[in-house]
Amino acid sequence: MTYNYPDNSGHFGQFGGIYMAETLIPAVEELRQQYLRFRDDPEFQAEFAYELKHYVGRPSPIYHAKRLSESLGGAQIYLKREDLNHTGAHKINNAIGQALLARRMGKKRVIAETGAGMHGVATATVAARFGMECIVYMGAEDIQRQAPNVFRMKLLGAKVVPVESGSKTLKDACNEAIRDWVTNVESTFYIFGTAAGPHPYPMMVRDFQCVIGNEAKVQMPEMIGRQPDAVIACVGGGSNAIGMFYPYVEVPGVQLIGVEAGGHGIASGQHAAPLTANAKVGVLHGNKVYLMQDENGQIIETHSISAGLDYPGVGPEHCLLKDIGRAQYVAIDDDEALNAFDALCRFEGIIPALESSHALAHAMKIAPAMSKDKVLLVNLSGRGDKDMNTVAKLKGITL
Amino acid sequence: MSRIDTTFGNLKRQQRKALIPFITAGDPSQQLTVPLMHGLVAAGADVLELGVPFSDPMADGPVIQRASERALKHGMTLRGVLSMVAEFRKQDATTPVVLMGYGNPIEAMGWEVFAKRCEEVGVDGVLTVDFPPEESHEAFEHLQRHNIAPIFLLAPTTNEARIAQVAKLARGYVYYVSLKGVTGAGNLDLSAIEQKLPQLRKHIKLPIGVGFGIRDAATAKAVSRLCDGVVVGSRIVQEVEDSTEQNVVANVGKLVKELRLAIDQ
Ligand SMILES: Cc1ncc(COP(=O)(O)O)c(C=O)c1O
Repeated sequence: MTYNYPDNSGHFGQFGGIYMAETLIPAVEELRQQYLRFRDDPEFQAEFAYELKHYVGRPSPIYHAKRLSESLGGAQIYLKREDLNHTGAHKINNAIGQALLARRMGKKRVIAETGAGMHGVATATVAARFGMECIVYMGAEDIQRQAPNVFRMKLLGAKVVPVESGSKTLKDACNEAIRDWVTNVESTFYIFGTAAGPHPYPMMVRDFQCVIGNEAKVQMPEMIGRQPDAVIACVGGGSNAIGMFYPYVEVPGVQLIGVEAGGHGIASGQHAAPLTANAKVGVLHGNKVYLMQDENGQIIETHSISAGLDYPGVGPEHCLLKDIGRAQYVAIDDDEALNAFDALCRFEGIIPALESSHALAHAMKIAPAMSKDKVLLVNLSGRGDKDMNTVAKLKGITL
Repeated sequence: MSRIDTTFGNLKRQQRKALIPFITAGDPSQQLTVPLMHGLVAAGADVLELGVPFSDPMADGPVIQRASERALKHGMTLRGVLSMVAEFRKQDATTPVVLMGYGNPIEAMGWEVFAKRCEEVGVDGVLTVDFPPEESHEAFEHLQRHNIAPIFLLAPTTNEARIAQVAKLARGYVYYVSLKGVTGAGNLDLSAIEQKLPQLRKHIKLPIGVGFGIRDAATAKAVSRLCDGVVVGSRIVQEVEDSTEQNVVANVGKLVKELRLAIDQ
């Protein structure tokens, strides 16, 4: 099998595309051309590699969570430590890549949407690093849930704009960032935070995030003499997951498992798991994807304890990977994610992001029934410092 | 001949410009949409753009965003909008009606069902903001089959090659977005519109309507001199918001009359 997506028009099978208002079509077309040019430019690649090594701190290690694995009595759980990156999540890999591109395109103003705030922090960070003006759109509800990240962005010199429309979360922040872009299209580069949106974003974000899987493919054989039996990653828009999955797509014997936010449970309807819940295909934010919507095509409000997964859609490549059966998608609910969060703190001394806790929870769920020589590689996409308020509140503690 | 072509043909003979008001269906209430449509026509509208509310109106400024939220809160659906057009057609067989909105509610209904229903109820054109020509093949096929005009947007950023591409696909009229921004923005630049139009005219033989950011009679008049029709959205929707259910039809009618007078002067 040769897997080669997207096609030239940005489609992953029936998914993807450039569903944007006319004013922005020339902008995404220019972005596509520029990206393709620099993607094949050794100088750009060398600069990107340099930033990843010396600024982000890559490669991120892989860690064998021995005590956790022992406590479960089954498969061995390994963690790809994206939480150890500068700014504490995988988001910086992509933010650096796009900022380098923005700089080459002569754009001095960058904008971003953010849910958990990690992509906002990463964007604010690279904007400071490269001396760019930075505006971050964030849902008013997320500003409440992720207050420490709001302060971090401000310290880094970014302007954080609260979004009061709609559900006041990530999707509304996206809407507002798109409105800014259409207004300031000539001066502004939109640093999009996940592997979704209009072409070329799903492809470009994937390419920048592939450093995760590419490293793992080298590190796992060094550590255990082979590739893992499965790689597991949480899926919001799908950037950390695709970064881990893509290099493994054509590696036989490695299962790819994406973990969506099950919220209060799929049956409750209050979740953010379009793939697991078999949502219908729809169009939002520039791409055709599986999308949580009502029977009239209105986007419905999602729920998850983790702001970074609280999004009604998912990137187009995950939709394709689901349809062709190459990846499997499951959901982990709020309580299961919290249990995994606690377990990693106690057994390994690592405080994971609530988003990443979903991926971990699924590994903990399937490990006990597997034999001890099986290996699960979990992408620990971020650290949990930002989640202190949320977790304390859930435990009934005031900080 | 289609209602849109007939309307623009008549206007051309009379050397007049089209006035194309936009309202959001279901705002301020579902009961008032059809009376508002008749009121717009009575006040001098030539073509009606009826907004289909969407939960995520990315191309709209705050005024139309709020209108969409109000309409959705009142239970407005695409099916409901189509029924309103059927109701409107009972008394008005000639004024073209164009549905304007985002693609997902139509995707959810299915393009064939939608296009067929449009033809049955008397919709004349469909403008899907987030479906550029590149993604409109399926839509186009179904709309064509049922004689519904696909209305496309062109923007200040649209280059000549794309203008030519749209010229091939478009029917009815072409909607030129007068500024870089969302609906209701305040940065309209007349000289920029004037400069762009010859490039548009070179390829587009259909009438060209200009909209986004036309906020009063004076700008409506100035813009109408440059093109074939003026689209006024946010200003009218603002009037709806500022009115009560009792006086909304009268207030909007008064505003549209002013615009009409200014354009015809
Ligand atoms: C730590 C972490 N993991 C995962 C995500 C989800 O995004 P994606 O699915 O694009 O990786 C986020 C988003 O904010 C995040 O902060």
